[in-house]
Amino acid sequence: MFCYAPINYINLMPQTENMAEKYKFLQHTADAKFQAFGKTLGEAFANAALAMFAVMFDPADVKPKIEREIKTEGKDEKALLYNWLEELLYLLDTEGFLLSRVKKITIKGKVLEAVVAGDLVANGYKTHGDVKAVTYNEMDIKKEKDKVIAQVVVDI
Amino acid sequence: MVEFNKISGNVWNIPKSGKMLVPATIYASERLMDTIKQDKTLEQARNVACLKGIQKSAYVMPDAHQGYGFPIGGVAAFDPDEGIISPGGVGYDINCSVRLLKTNLSVEEFMKKRHDLIEALFVNVPSGVGRGGKTRVDRNVIMEVLSKGAQWAVEEGFGRKDDYLRTEENGKMSADPHAVSDRAISRGLPQLGSLGAGNHFLEIQKIDQIYDEKIAKAFGLQDKDNVTVMIHCGSRGLGHQVASDYIKEMEDKYGFKDLPDRELINAPINSDLGQRYYRAMGAGANFAFANKQMITHWVREVFEKIYGSVEIDVVYDVCHNIAKMEKHKIDGKLKQVCVHRKGATRSFGPGREEIPDVYRSVGQPVIIPGSMGTASFVLVGTKTAEEITFGSTAHGAGRVSSRSAALQNISGEHVKNELAKKGIEIKATSWKSIAEEAPEVYKDIDEVVRVSHEVGIGNLVVRVVPLSVMKG
Repeated sequence: MFCYAPINYINLMPQTENMAEKYKFLQHTADAKFQAFGKTLGEAFANAALAMFAVMFDPADVKPKIEREIKTEGKDEKALLYNWLEELLYLLDTEGFLLSRVKKITIKGKVLEAVVAGDLVANGYKTHGDVKAVTYNEMDIKKEKDKVIAQVVVDI
Repeated sequence: MVEFNKISGNVWNIPKSGKMLVPATIYASERLMDTIKQDKTLEQARNVACLKGIQKSAYVMPDAHQGYGFPIGGVAAFDPDEGIISPGGVGYDINCSVRLLKTNLSVEEFMKKRHDLIEALFVNVPSGVGRGGKTRVDRNVIMEVLSKGAQWAVEEGFGRKDDYLRTEENGKMSADPHAVSDRAISRGLPQLGSLGAGNHFLEIQKIDQIYDEKIAKAFGLQDKDNVTVMIHCGSRGLGHQVASDYIKEMEDKYGFKDLPDRELINAPINSDLGQRYYRAMGAGANFAFANKQMITHWVREVFEKIYGSVEIDVVYDVCHNIAKMEKHKIDGKLKQVCVHRKGATRSFGPGREEIPDVYRSVGQPVIIPGSMGTASFVLVGTKTAEEITFGSTAHGAGRVSSRSAALQNISGEHVKNELAKKGIEIKATSWKSIAEEAPEVYKDIDEVVRVSHEVGIGNLVVRVVPLSVMKG
C-alpha cells in the first residue's frame, strides 16, 4: 500500500468536524494513551508523533528551525508505528530535538520515510513530564472508510 | 472480568484457571483493592501466571496498577532452566531506583538557606526532557560505566566506597556492555549524570515519625533533627532502548501470536537471547547506579557550598525495576530463581548475604518514595517477605489517575500553593510538570505501607516528609 500525506497538505485542510481533531488522549491509570487520526496511515502516524510530544510540550510552540530525515522499517504496521515514534525519541535523547511538525511522511510497504522539522530544547523551551518509551500495550491501528485511527500507549 | 477471592484481611487470590500455571496473589486492603480491580492489573497478573516456568504464584503488591505486559507492582519468579525472562517484566526504565542520604545538617539550619539550596541544586543537577548531563563522556567511558556502575563513578572521584557498599548489588550488577546496542549507547551518552523528568525527583526531607527505634538507629535514621535527601531516577534513554531492542529481537525470534499482550514477549532464561538480555539489563542497571552516584556527589558539593561542611552518607539504594537471580525456598528447598520485580522493591530479612554487613543483623532498608509533596517511608525487609513474596514489597504510592486527567483538573500553581501551605517548597522545569505529578493522582502511600506492615512483607521504621522538592 502506498500512502503519501505531506503535512502542509494536512495543515491546509479545512478544519471541518472530521478533520479538526488530530489526536485525543484517553483515560489510562499510569501511562499516556492516545488515538491519532488521519485520512491515510501516514497522516495518522504523523499525528501520533504530535500526540506523543504533546505529552512533554506543545509542538505548535516549537519553531521549525532544523530538519531531520527519518527512515525506518517494521515487520508489520504496528512495528512500523512503534519504530517511527522511537526514532523521534532517539532524536530527542541524543540531540534534544523537539518536534514542531512532520513535513513529509511516506509509507511504502514495510518502510517509512519522513522529514521532520523542529528545534533543539537547548534553545530555551519549557518541557514537562517524560515519555520513556513507546509500548505495544493496547496498540491498535484501525482502518475505516477514509479514516485511520492509530492508538498508542507510551510509558511515562 | 477476573474472578478473585478474599483469603484474609489483606490477602486476595486469583485461583488457577485456563492457561494459568500458578495462582495469583494480591496483597491489598479492601480500599486499595477497590482501585486495583478497576483497571487491568488483575488481568495482567493472570497473564503473568501463564508464563513458562513461573514458581509458586504471581504476586501483586499493595501499590499495584495497570502496566504493560506485567502489572506495575508485580513480582514473579521463574525456574532458571524451564523459565523465561521478559523485558516487560522489568520495565522500560531499567533500575528505576531510589537512594536515601542522611545528613548531620539540622532542619533549623537547613531552613535558613533552603531557597538558595534548591536553586543551586537545580543548576548543578541536570534535569528535564532532552537535557543531558554536564559531564561529556565518550563511548569507551560508557562501556566502563556499563560494566562497573556506581563503582566506576567512585573510581572517577564521584563519592566514596561506602556509598556503593550501601547500594543493592554494591552498585554493580553482572553485565556485558557489548550486549547493549550502539543506539542505546548513543541515547545514554549525553544523559549520564542527569535526573531526567516525569516522576523522577530530588527531595530534601525531615524524619517526622519513628516507628521502630532500634532499627531506625541501625539505619542511622534515629535523629529527627537532621535532614535527609532522596534521589529517584533511572537509566534514562539507555535503559529504555535496551528494553525496546530486546523486545524486538525476542519478537523476531519467538513471535507473539500466542501472547495475550505483545509486551509479555520473553525468551528462555537459559537461551543465548535470554542471557544477552539479562547482561544488557545489568548494564542498564549499572548506568542508573552510576547516575545516582554522580548526583550524590553533586548533592554533597551543593550542600557544602551553601552550608559549609556537612556530612552526607548513603543509607541505602534500592532497585524498583529489575530481574535478579536469587535463592529462595520453594517446597522446602532452596532454589535459584530469576525474580522479576516491576515496580516492586526487594525486601530481604535479617541474615541474607546480599545485604550490606551493617544491616545484615536487622534486614535491609526498603525505601518507599511517596508522590511529590507527600510522605515517604523507610521499611525493613523481613523473613515473611522471603516466604510469601520472594522477598519483595511495594515501591511507592502507585498512580490512580492519568496525567492527562491531572492536567485537565489540576493546575501547577494550585499544587505549588497547596504544598507551600504545608511548608514545602518546589522547583520544577514547568508548571505542568508539577500538575501532572500532583499528590491527587497517586494512591494513599500511608495505606500502601500500612498493608505492607500488616502483611509483614516490609515493616515500618520511619516516615520522612518533604521540605524542598526538585523536579525535572
